[in-house]
Amino acid sequence: MSELQAEVQNSTQQISPLRQQLKEFWFYFSENKGAVVGLFFFLFIVLVAILADVISPHAPIEQYREFILIPPAWQEGGNWSFILGTDAVGRDMLSRLIHGSRYSLYTGCIVIAVTLTIGVSLGLSAGFFRGWWEVILMRIMDIILAVPSLLMALVLVAVLGPGLENAMIAISVTYLPHYVRLSRASAVAENARDYVTASRVAGAGKLRLMFITILPNCMAPLIVQATLSFSSAILDAAALGFLGMGAQPPTPEWGTMLAEAREFITSAWWVVTFPGLAILLTVLAINLMGDGLRDALDPKMKRS
Amino acid sequence: MIRFIISKLGLLIPTFIGVTLIAFAFIRVLPGDPIELLAGERGVSPERHAELMALFGFDKPMWEQYIIFLGNILQGDLGQSFITKQPVLDEFLTRFPATVELALCAIIFATLIGLPAGIIAAVKRGSAFDHSLMGVSLAGYSMPIFWWGLLLIILFSSPDMLGWTPVSGRMSAMFWVEPTTGFMLIDTLFFSEEEGAFGSAIHHLILPTIVLGTIPMAVIARQTRSAMLEVLGEDYVRTARAKGLPVGRVIGLHALRNALITVVTVIGLQVGVLLAGAILTESIFSWPGIGKWMVDAIFRRDYFAVQGGLIMVAGIVMIVNLVVDFLYGLINPRILHTR
Amino acid sequence: MSLLDIKNLSVEFQTAHGMFRAVDGVNFNVDKGQILSIVGESGSGKSVSMLALMGLLPWTAKVTADVMTFDGIDLLSISKKERRKIIGKDISMIFQEPMTSLNPCFTVGYQIMEVMKEHLGGTKKELEKRAVELLGMVGIPAPESRLKAYPHQMSGGMNQRVMIAMMIACKPRLLIADEPTTALDVTIQAQILELLVELQKKQDMALVLITHDMGVVAETAERVVVQYAGQQVEKQEVKGLFNHPGHPYTHALLNALPERATDKHLPSIPGVVPGQLDRPKGCLFSPRCEFATDLCHATPPTTTNGVLCHYPLQDGVPTGHPGGQQSKVAGGNG
Repeated sequence: MSELQAEVQNSTQQISPLRQQLKEFWFYFSENKGAVVGLFFFLFIVLVAILADVISPHAPIEQYREFILIPPAWQEGGNWSFILGTDAVGRDMLSRLIHGSRYSLYTGCIVIAVTLTIGVSLGLSAGFFRGWWEVILMRIMDIILAVPSLLMALVLVAVLGPGLENAMIAISVTYLPHYVRLSRASAVAENARDYVTASRVAGAGKLRLMFITILPNCMAPLIVQATLSFSSAILDAAALGFLGMGAQPPTPEWGTMLAEAREFITSAWWVVTFPGLAILLTVLAINLMGDGLRDALDPKMKRS
Repeated sequence: MIRFIISKLGLLIPTFIGVTLIAFAFIRVLPGDPIELLAGERGVSPERHAELMALFGFDKPMWEQYIIFLGNILQGDLGQSFITKQPVLDEFLTRFPATVELALCAIIFATLIGLPAGIIAAVKRGSAFDHSLMGVSLAGYSMPIFWWGLLLIILFSSPDMLGWTPVSGRMSAMFWVEPTTGFMLIDTLFFSEEEGAFGSAIHHLILPTIVLGTIPMAVIARQTRSAMLEVLGEDYVRTARAKGLPVGRVIGLHALRNALITVVTVIGLQVGVLLAGAILTESIFSWPGIGKWMVDAIFRRDYFAVQGGLIMVAGIVMIVNLVVDFLYGLINPRILHTR
Repeated sequence: MSLLDIKNLSVEFQTAHGMFRAVDGVNFNVDKGQILSIVGESGSGKSVSMLALMGLLPWTAKVTADVMTFDGIDLLSISKKERRKIIGKDISMIFQEPMTSLNPCFTVGYQIMEVMKEHLGGTKKELEKRAVELLGMVGIPAPESRLKAYPHQMSGGMNQRVMIAMMIACKPRLLIADEPTTALDVTIQAQILELLVELQKKQDMALVLITHDMGVVAETAERVVVQYAGQQVEKQEVKGLFNHPGHPYTHALLNALPERATDKHLPSIPGVVPGQLDRPKGCLFSPRCEFATDLCHATPPTTTNGVLCHYPLQDGVPTGHPGGQQSKVAGGNG
């Protein structure tokens, strides 16, 4: 046996399987440069959101009546106390953008948490119990999918009333089918495997089979889907805000900020440009990360 | 093949009934009494209230209401708009061509750029073109298109910048074009005497097309690339090369024909995305299509219009998906020739 | 002059861990109408060397050779376009997996006619007639009705027949068959081999048969090349090879044939073919060789009389081996 092989064997013996897995994950993830850049930008946004109160120069809803529509500091007429300028009622753009990151991340987290728990439970149960329950559940998911997601969300918000919380509920409902379908398919596929039969023969209960035996083995596609819906949730929440059905003014939500800025698109480019750029960069960072995750988690894509 | 279509159709009917159930429930779960809701802040007298309840059938038991509702839908009656007093179906149909025109242009734009770009990226895998295309398409996929639209308006429409393209509508106010087909490009080209109207129609289409086509373009480019990459590694591509065929034939025929099976499905699935995107795009560019109409209806609390629109849009998405399934079967011999 | 002449052919692949040499200094030639067999385990580089000849390797591969000529044409120096005129026409190749090697989107007839149209031309009617003829030749029943069939509607054996029909359509002078029977049922295997040999005789073409099955070699080939880990370890006439193998690897391979088993247990060769990261310093076969000495572990051997070995076997006994006549112990004593 060559030295190299011996070395590899040694190192695998020393570290625990979980750390080994993480190490392997990081190896594949870090091969994708874009994913690493995305990860660091995302961590930066998270940090900004956490420290929003500390780092933002002004309060996000404070109106400086004497500084209305001030351009960014580097432009003529700019003012260094308002680095990215002010909006139509004299609020500091930078502070609003910083606080806006909270709403976007909040939306993404809640939507993922809700859809992941409900969707996976429903999907696993459909794939596990089959029969009528599965048929009815899958038809309901088809119905949700038949309506374009944004339209569905709009109609739901119309029922529930405008607002960020209701927008999040509406978005969660429209994302549900993806998780249900994905986890049902995995559950059906895994259910036929020998290790599940072995566990069943050993006397494992239904819940244990569903969540402890099967679920960990179909996590990879779910994690990738979760990253994807994190970014789409941010986009859709912003779109609802833009249409006036999401977060309501004066909340510094990026989409809502854009809606307020619409009338100034020809006169004050900064009030339009920055919120959108913030959305684009955040979503892009998460999607870059998602690509890296998919490469690292999906064994089918590995090394291809 | 026939069995394949029938089985797909069989799935469609319960789904459509489900959609009508949602639309039916929509008005009834809104907080408050439906008539008061429809009347809005003006309010109605108790007599008028009872009269309206009877007129809309809200006084009947729920199941009976639903049967009547479903019966009306099957006869093409989607109710009346509460604001304009026009039949909802008519309102929908007059605006529908505008959306179809925009969506078709967008999907053609997206395919014309996305498909070849994806193919080239796959063939030249790892090249600078491949890397930049993947970067650009990921950015396109991440684009908040409502902002993208505003940005393009700033760049191309604002008189301070380029001032090339108009900001809103389908047609310059200088022209009056009688809708014949409802498709502005066709109407101005074949049925209108007005000079320059066709050019104006195209001019108005450019920005909305780009905005609406951006996400589908990114998706098509990425999916084409990965489908081609998968196919290029297949044994039959090696066989084609072993036959001494020219490169164009190996890639453009043997590989592409197989990759298209997935790509066509991807393009078909973009229809839902397009209709969702149309809501935003039409709002930005004041495009008089069903997207803007639905948003306006929600804001004006014209709930019958929202209800009817929901059913129509869902029906259209389902039909398009069926057509895509059919196309998928047509271009995939493995399904076509399975008995 | 030989039909195909290859001298010192090497193929290197660019990988994440540097260059990997999949084929290392292979020499052989094939005469008109001759059957040559290339034998070796998986990973011994037998397919790669043939794919290199066809120009079908991915761009990560680097092909070098002192000589690579077909019928006097230097395959290394001609352009890709000129090579495509030869590939599929004068040299053609059939592959291991008939089910995936045919394009699922086109009919069998189309795929056969396509190659003829490319190289020979002709009207649709002529091509169709010839395609039917070819399908009949490879033993497909009711060939007219099969023209419109898709690959997935037929069995693996039938698909391999189609593949053969497609590759002999232009009457090639050299046919390369890359493990043509491995993916097929045992009963079909013999039929396909018989068909290949029959066609080879009838059309007077040369045949290179890549296989890992010594039984197949014994039945069909005239000359044999044995490859191990990308290197050519032995080259001989088939009769000589079976009676007097010169390389310990060939010897071990032959001993692993059930027909030759003398013991109750079938002997096997311990270990696996070395990969990219565990290549031995000396002879590549030394870790698995029963006769290996320190010399074998330290220095790569050179070829003498077509055998790449420090101690070529003579009647099953290594010549010049320090352990003497009786030595069967690994490592020796020197």
